[in-house]
Amino acid sequence: MSQQVLAKDKGVEEPAKNSGISKRLSDFMVSYGIIIAFLFICAVLSVISPYFLSTNNLLNVLRQVSINGVLAIGMTFVILTRGIDLSVGSLMACSSIVAASFAAGSEASFILVPIMMGLVTGLTLGAVNGLLIARFAIPPFVMTLGMLSMARGLTYIYNDGMPISNLDATFRFIGQGVVLGMPVPVLLFLGVFLISWFTLRYTTFGRYVYAVGGNPQAAMVSGINVRRVTFTVYAISGLLCGLAGLMIAARTGAALPQAGVAYELDAIAAVVIGGTSLAGGRGRIVGTLFGVLIIGVLNNGLDLLGVSSFYQQVVKGGIIVLAVMLDRSRLSSS
Amino acid sequence: MSNNLLLEASNITKSFSGVPALENGVLRLRPGSIHALCGGNGAGKSTLLNILMGVLPRDGGSIKIEGRDVHFSSPKDALGFGISMISQELEPVPELTVAENIFLGREPKKAGFIVDYRRMFDQARDVLGELNIQIEPTVKLGSLSIAEIQMVEIAKAISQNARIIIMDEPTSAIGERETELLFEAVHKLKDRGAGIIYVSHRMNELFRIADDYTIMRDGTFVGTGSMGDIDRKYLIDTILGKELQEEFSKFNVPGEREILRVEHYTRHGEFKDISLSLKEGEILGIFGLMGSGRSEFLNTLFGINAPHDGEAWIDGAKFTPRGPRDAMDAGMAYVTEDRKGNGLLVGSSIRNNISMASVKKVSKLGLVSSRKEAKVARLQVENHQIKSSSIEMEVRHMSGGNQQKVVLAKWLQTDPNILMLDEPTRGIDVGAKREMYRFMSEFSRNGKGVIMTSSEIPEILGMSDRVIVFRKGRLAGELSGSDLNQDNLARLSS
Ligand SMILES: Nc1ncnc2c1ncn2[C@@H]1O[C@H](COP(=O)(O)OP(=O)(O)OP(=O)(O)O)[C@@H](O)[C@H]1O
Ligand SMILES: [Mg+2]
Repeated sequence: MSQQVLAKDKGVEEPAKNSGISKRLSDFMVSYGIIIAFLFICAVLSVISPYFLSTNNLLNVLRQVSINGVLAIGMTFVILTRGIDLSVGSLMACSSIVAASFAAGSEASFILVPIMMGLVTGLTLGAVNGLLIARFAIPPFVMTLGMLSMARGLTYIYNDGMPISNLDATFRFIGQGVVLGMPVPVLLFLGVFLISWFTLRYTTFGRYVYAVGGNPQAAMVSGINVRRVTFTVYAISGLLCGLAGLMIAARTGAALPQAGVAYELDAIAAVVIGGTSLAGGRGRIVGTLFGVLIIGVLNNGLDLLGVSSFYQQVVKGGIIVLAVMLDRSRLSSS
Repeated sequence: MSNNLLLEASNITKSFSGVPALENGVLRLRPGSIHALCGGNGAGKSTLLNILMGVLPRDGGSIKIEGRDVHFSSPKDALGFGISMISQELEPVPELTVAENIFLGREPKKAGFIVDYRRMFDQARDVLGELNIQIEPTVKLGSLSIAEIQMVEIAKAISQNARIIIMDEPTSAIGERETELLFEAVHKLKDRGAGIIYVSHRMNELFRIADDYTIMRDGTFVGTGSMGDIDRKYLIDTILGKELQEEFSKFNVPGEREILRVEHYTRHGEFKDISLSLKEGEILGIFGLMGSGRSEFLNTLFGINAPHDGEAWIDGAKFTPRGPRDAMDAGMAYVTEDRKGNGLLVGSSIRNNISMASVKKVSKLGLVSSRKEAKVARLQVENHQIKSSSIEMEVRHMSGGNQQKVVLAKWLQTDPNILMLDEPTRGIDVGAKREMYRFMSEFSRNGKGVIMTSSEIPEILGMSDRVIVFRKGRLAGELSGSDLNQDNLARLSS
């Protein structure tokens, strides 16, 4: 009897009238919530700190996010297939030190050599991830956790744990140059973003990525080469780690073997904030772009406000959890 | 009258994103009765039942249990009132044992917090034994077949001592023998005074076990009454809202040319020494009980697994697929038995699902033409009358039968010559079944061939030109012409 009363109390709610404008508005919020969140954060910050909206500061934010941005885009491909890549920070460091070794001092090689070496290093290590995951069914978490350690070790071994500095000026252009008023790293990030967005949206490969993540069994039965797709996404992530490695070495003018520690966390955070599901098959690269921007803007804004980096970590963590919470309620509401 | 009703739902309404799915849901359940809830795909049956179970909130209407108004906000509330549901989409926990699944959330305990496994296993064994189900309570659920999982779900409902048991297409995934077990169990429940709401698209079943019926069409109540007062034709026509011509429309004529030949196919532990041939224009039926190796055989033929022994030819050319892609390139398509497991991307749109196996057809140089893809999807949706709000609708929001049609559409889009259908009419309504049969005839008429498995004897008899029977992974015989009848099928298969 008491049970009935209880159930009744909870259940008394007026019938939802989901009509017209309010409904459409909520649909809009669901699809573009992340953009609105981003604009909201920007608005708040610009009120608190007038400097926030200055061109200089905005370019600065973009420059700061471009490395995490490139990593997060690779991560998006991986997470869309239900995978994870924990090794991105190590792969980036390894690529950067290999590239730098061809771009340092007086005997620096022609600019294309260090670039190729950096990209090939990232691609190769990523391909090893992909091969072992796709071919030998090693769980992505385990494989890339192992690679996180292995690649870091290789990075130290490569130059006896010493940084490589004194990089060639042409090489540094990748990180420090400006073209048409835009910093080169920002242009690289935007380029990677556009290509990836196009790939996921308009190519057959993009379809396969979603299919493999959505239901690997169904993808296999439908004649999609699941192993090849899996392999390819880790190779892409590795290649982008190579690019990020070039960018970071060129920006600081030196390659540090300890660079990029814990970068995988920011990359994963950006993807998750951007609404891509860790369960695979669902998510958009545009979301990742805004995830990256939100993290960047928050870091920048809190810096401007003089908030200590300890608090910044708390805020960032909170945002991740909040983003996933909103995503959950979005999924269950429909 | 209404006082001795177990459950009375009136005027239930429900919309999803402004689109009404249920406009007037009505159901009156008497104690000690089996009540058939009938309606076409997307009629709103599952929606109504989910509302009764507290899974979905209702927009309007009233629900009375034994005359008292109730408002459930979760299935837990409903369970508290003695309602339990075996849903269309099973959601068991594969990593837990059978017993743990049965007693999930109600584990017998020692000292208040330690799970008493001995007692739990014993009780589970009792429940299963009472239903004549031969499943060990200690095995993991994930290792069972769909049919067995279904039986475990039924055992669970019974162990909850429910007074109202909702069964949403409980037989769509199980075979004849399991169906018999299920019916026995249902009768026991009925004799105890429970009310059972039973959904099925198999008319034979309804007439065998149901006492009352309620018919819905397009989200509204159409009629209710006693099963004894109506006949099959009336029921079908009322469900459809128009007169169904003949049920099985068969007009294909098998030719002479052999398009597929299989010899001595064997996969250890699954099937052994299977040989068959398929002629152009032919519909070949494969009949067998659950676990007789039918699906495993089709999986192998489609290249999902490799045979340990045996050979196959397509159009006279040796056929040794290394994967589904090779089979598709050789002109095969395969509508699998388990649409959720390996047929659909439930989180993606209808459009993406339909193009999934044939993206290349709507692409050039690796670029997908969204326009072409959408056109193709729209055409399929129209041809197969797939009920949906748009081609961008996510498949998980569709009714079961419409999901099945999406899987079929996906494979037709690959333009196959040999179409393999494993339980193709599972979960689709009478109208759609008839369309399916028409389609099979039409398809094989153009020099193509169909291989179909089915657990429904009328369907196998009505559609096949020839039937091969599987028994425990072996070929038990082949039937055609006047030998093709119910008695022979039953004799060979068991
Ligand atoms: N979550 C949802 N979002 C949007 N539409 C939905 C949702 N759930 C159901 N619908 C729609 O409601 C209608 C009724 O669906 P329901 O599942 O109740 O049908 P059904 O009678 O059970 O059909 P079937 O026999 O195929 O299982 C369908 O048109 C379906 O697309
Ligand atoms: Mg249903």
